[in-house]
Amino acid sequence: MNNVKVREIIQNNATRKNHRLDRVMPTFFLVMALLSVATTIGIVLTLVTDASKFFASVPLREIFSTKLAPLSAQPSYGILPLLMGTAMTTLVAILVAVPIGMAAAVYLSQFASPKLRKVLKPVLEVLAGIPTIVYGFFAYSFVTPLLMNLIPSLEPKNALSPGIVMGIMIIPMVASLSEDAMNAVPEIMREGAYGLGSTKLEVATKVVIPSAISGILASIVLAVSRAVGETMIVTIASGSTKNFTFDITKSMQTMTAYIVEFTSGDAASGTTGYYSLYAVGLILFLFTMVVNLIAQYISKKLREEY
Amino acid sequence: MAKHVFSLAVVFAFVVLLLLLFNVGKDSIGWLTPGFLTRNLSIFPEKAGIWGAIKGSVYLMLIVIPTTLVLGVSTAIYLEEYASRGKVANFIRVNISNLASVPSVIFGLLGLAIFSRFLGLGSSILAGGLTMSLLVLPIVVVASQEAVRAVPGFLRDASYAMGADKWTTIRKVVLPVALPGILTGSILAMSRAIGETAPLVVLGIPTLIRKIPTSIMDDFTALPIQIYYWTLDTVLTPEYANLAAATIVVLLLVLFLMNAAAIIIRNKFQKKF
Repeated sequence: MNNVKVREIIQNNATRKNHRLDRVMPTFFLVMALLSVATTIGIVLTLVTDASKFFASVPLREIFSTKLAPLSAQPSYGILPLLMGTAMTTLVAILVAVPIGMAAAVYLSQFASPKLRKVLKPVLEVLAGIPTIVYGFFAYSFVTPLLMNLIPSLEPKNALSPGIVMGIMIIPMVASLSEDAMNAVPEIMREGAYGLGSTKLEVATKVVIPSAISGILASIVLAVSRAVGETMIVTIASGSTKNFTFDITKSMQTMTAYIVEFTSGDAASGTTGYYSLYAVGLILFLFTMVVNLIAQYISKKLREEY
Repeated sequence: MAKHVFSLAVVFAFVVLLLLLFNVGKDSIGWLTPGFLTRNLSIFPEKAGIWGAIKGSVYLMLIVIPTTLVLGVSTAIYLEEYASRGKVANFIRVNISNLASVPSVIFGLLGLAIFSRFLGLGSSILAGGLTMSLLVLPIVVVASQEAVRAVPGFLRDASYAMGADKWTTIRKVVLPVALPGILTGSILAMSRAIGETAPLVVLGIPTLIRKIPTSIMDDFTALPIQIYYWTLDTVLTPEYANLAAATIVVLLLVLFLMNAAAIIIRNKFQKKF
């Protein structure tokens, strides 16, 4: 704290050469910083105004129906098929990403030597840096044909293959967040368990994972948010059929894919179909916001004090 | 025993990565020629090229780089140097972390409503670039914040002791020392912007642009969009899968080079005080 005082004294005695610029710059930086806030406000305003036009013109009963046909002569705007598509692909992704990501985290934090970890981590991060469009191509041109050999009834566009690939994309995120949580467990707790004669596996499953559970849960919640918001993999590989089904071998459409399909077609400004994009966008936005708050809450509330 | 079970998870990730690279590489063999890079679009797959998409991606970066650098670094300086503990600073910080989690497709909707329709920029490079800038802004802010925070206090004190004021200290001492960190983060943000597809598709970037863009108000196509449309059209023309794969190889090479550059900058200029 002494340091700061010295700095203030020196600063106050500084020459006045650039005085005017020195007074202007803080305001300039503040204005630039506030532009990011303006972006958020812009997002909320556009989503809410355009979505409200949609909700004003479509009856609530229709919104919660299982029929979505925005381009037919008698358009219908049921959101349930999109929610189902999103839920199914997300579920598959989580089933892939969480066990594999956590196992990778346990391996990296418990078993790998520091040297090996230094090599493995960045390579694992490469998976996270690959553009989603590339994963989409991979899902459609490689994973789906591969799965068709195992499941003959699989449709060329389906919820299973993009779900799996999305899970693979999320593995590094789950692994790195979980590993951070596991590394935060104090060495003394591990040593204590080893001192009682535990094996490495017992230390991992009975000491490290339970102690790091808040960080692990937060990573899972964030993974869900990522899977729900992911767009290009599902757009390419799960198709555009607005199916309300639990069958993951069938083509389904997610909320994000609906937005892409509809805008790259002719979403004439001012039509109900155009406003439906913003209604779906608003639901997506609210979902990710809530999920992020939950993740923050979990990691704060459940953080163990050592 | 347990060790090997857990190591399988890492092995699985690597196998997938190799499969992906192998699959794309195999499909692009014979298609990734010098002509492919320098020709423009064509309805005949064997005559098609990605010159327009390359130029579109480059133009896009010419918008994204200055916009995000000015906005991102300024925000970071404000948060770290001027208002580190204030309420406004805290609000901006929370806002940025929230912005970072918004799905990219939502940024597309924002761009569509504000830049394309409200400001009348249509599906131009400018509209795409501004949308993409906002999308990657949080990455640049967070990286720059860390870089500025890592500049040791005694350097600032020394500058003040020489009679410099705050802005001079930031400009001549803090920013030069933080530059490698800022650059590393910015390169990673740019590599994200080059590969991102969803916001551009939502902006309504058209399928076939035969005209090579010459100004930022022109319509354009970019590498990821080209991959997207070719992947969609493989049902009609199977050769398009090869074109998509060849474009993916180009895109991944660019990304790997950028990542390598970021790592080199980080290792070379990392100063320990």
